[in-house]
Amino acid sequence: MGESLIPIYIMGKRYEVPEGLTIMKALEWAGYQLIRGCGCRGGFCGACATVYRVPGNFRIQVGLACQTPVTPHMTLMQLPYFPVNKAIYDLDKVGSPLETLLQLYPEAARCLGCNTCTSVCPQKLQPMYYVAAALRGDFARAAELSFDCIMCGLCAARCPAQLVPYNIAIFVRRYYSKHMRPKPQHLKDRVAEIRAGLHDQALAGIAAASEEELKKLYLKREFEKL
Amino acid sequence: MGYPIEMQESIRKLEATRAFRLQQEIPRLTPEEKTRLLEQCHPDFRPDGMRPVRVGPNKGQRMQNELVDLLEAYSRIDPDRVDLSRIDYDVDVLVVGGGGGGATAALIAHENGARVLLTTKLRLGDANTMMAEGGIAAATQPNDSPYLHFLDTIGGGRFQNKRELVWALVHDAPLIVEWLKDLGAMFDTHPNGDLVVSFAGGHCRRRVHSCKDLSGMEFMRVIRDELWNRRVEVLEFSPAVELLLDERGRCAGAILMNLETREHIIVRAKAVILATGGIGRLHPNKFPTTNHYGATADGLVIAYRAGARLLHMDAIQYHPTGAAWPEQMLGQLITEALRGNGAQLVNVHGERFINELETRDVTSSAIIREVRDRKNGVRTPTGMEGVWLDTPLIDIRGGEGKLDRMFAGIVHRFREYGIDVHKEPILVFPTQHYQNGGIEIDPEGRTDIPGLFAAGEVAGGVQGRNRLGGNSLVDIFVFGRRAGQAAALFAREGPSPGKLTLEHVRRYHRELAAEGIEKGRVSPLLLPDYTRPEVKERRYS
Repeated sequence: MGESLIPIYIMGKRYEVPEGLTIMKALEWAGYQLIRGCGCRGGFCGACATVYRVPGNFRIQVGLACQTPVTPHMTLMQLPYFPVNKAIYDLDKVGSPLETLLQLYPEAARCLGCNTCTSVCPQKLQPMYYVAAALRGDFARAAELSFDCIMCGLCAARCPAQLVPYNIAIFVRRYYSKHMRPKPQHLKDRVAEIRAGLHDQALAGIAAASEEELKKLYLKREFEKL
Repeated sequence: MGYPIEMQESIRKLEATRAFRLQQEIPRLTPEEKTRLLEQCHPDFRPDGMRPVRVGPNKGQRMQNELVDLLEAYSRIDPDRVDLSRIDYDVDVLVVGGGGGGATAALIAHENGARVLLTTKLRLGDANTMMAEGGIAAATQPNDSPYLHFLDTIGGGRFQNKRELVWALVHDAPLIVEWLKDLGAMFDTHPNGDLVVSFAGGHCRRRVHSCKDLSGMEFMRVIRDELWNRRVEVLEFSPAVELLLDERGRCAGAILMNLETREHIIVRAKAVILATGGIGRLHPNKFPTTNHYGATADGLVIAYRAGARLLHMDAIQYHPTGAAWPEQMLGQLITEALRGNGAQLVNVHGERFINELETRDVTSSAIIREVRDRKNGVRTPTGMEGVWLDTPLIDIRGGEGKLDRMFAGIVHRFREYGIDVHKEPILVFPTQHYQNGGIEIDPEGRTDIPGLFAAGEVAGGVQGRNRLGGNSLVDIFVFGRRAGQAAALFAREGPSPGKLTLEHVRRYHRELAAEGIEKGRVSPLLLPDYTRPEVKERRYS
């Protein structure tokens, strides 16, 4: 963090804040106690999507307040709650992948291929490509490409065709994971054992052991090799 | 940006010892060595970090100063000014908290036929669950068993855990993995579909299941999506500020506050589930924290005021590996799964000093000793000190591409600051991570107060005095589910709540006054205040 103060404009008001702070820390430095627009403070939750401009550039820029450093004369505004379309579905009662996708999100087919979504994504994902993969029925690819999505809403905020790429993505990932990937045999086996009560006796035994006995058993454990 | 020159000199030493370290075996500590190390170096043992609380069910017990400040405080509302006949919501089950525990409890209570309202301080899903990186522990592998998971958990908790809770935890864990998979969570798998499992400290088997290094985010996204699909009613930006009891002492709802209009909302409920998480944003012992903005111990405070007992509140978990550089990432979580996949802890001279798979309390203490007592820390330009976490070892051991495949989040976050974790290590120091204790519960999530349930980090007993990696994500789902079921049943079959009252708040206020505690401080805190003293000073109020 530098020592020098720089001017920034937070929702229209001018403040002088130290250079190098993130937008979030600059807001707090200026005296804001955040209610909206602040969540995990570490780039996971997508609560702090922020819209800003810098002098000499006509473009609207976007970023997460917890990750983006302030720059001189930055003019910023935090994105309010953004009302988007979220389809309601029952994951147990769905048809074929593509057919279901187009039923739930028919607007997906209107994607213009303009790639605005990709240019705004703070996670550097490529929403246009995962939407395209989903529309090809390649849910495996779409799931992989969208996995890091924090659902901040910036793609939906800027999409000229009014798609909500992040809601399309979560439907695709859930569908793919539940219906298109095999269920692991070792998990099925263990769940069946537990339901049949096969582990109950061992657990009852160890739960009733004296502390001394527990400590002995604990020290005697054999470790699987790293 | 990257690492400054002085730090790079230490990195050269680390590189010079790497081949040797790959072969080096560091034995685990004996129980006596562990005890000595903890007493010497663990922050819980600092004489000035805690003090006895003077009021309430745990009167006389030592707890973190920052928490005692909130327990020895007055309610945010004046019980004499509240009109309890103006009820805004009348439901079967009120769930307080929108993280993994609360969302699960709401989903399951709803599935069990209850009319459910979920209320949360920030947005639904903005909570610690979202930030959990490592994964979820469960004995799903053929070489593993719930018995071994029990043993590891109770030993990790220094044998202080409530055993019936550990039993429930390890018994339900594989069922929870199946439940999450069926909800569509995208676990890491081998090509044949088997689940990938990693080590975490203190576990004798590989049993942590992950979704890259964004496991908590994946589970939270999926459960939240399902809550929306089932149209469960959710109130955001409306934390609970006080519980409501009836004249027989049964929990019968809560008072919420709309954070934006400052209005209070009165909810009558046949059962209440608290899932408000932990304490990190109180910054115990002035440590940085990995925790979410909302982790301010609100649930503990309101439950305690209503008469619920707390357990193990003098046991705080410091995660061994919080980021110590760059400054912008200070305190942020660097997942234990890196150590579980072979990354080593290395001091300024390039030497290892602890087995990386010791439990978190022991590993953190060893890092603090290395830096503070032995002066073997690496110093940053901002005066912070830490030790190296040798991340390039992951690709060296597991083949090129493993870091990108399993730790894309870490790779991405450090790349933003000019650090390539494929080639350079990460500087780390312990950071506050978890509240091991909490409101005492039974295996169905019941507290001492009839009608009040608790699940997740706000609840205590299952983790003992130290939690193992992977055991928190399983805790929130196991006890979220059990509390959701039990609360729905209680709402259906229990007696109807009587007249709402805040008498417990008046009683608590009298107790405070009798101890000579003056009015002035109020709780719960709701949000931390990171504005500068210079700004606060000029608020003149």
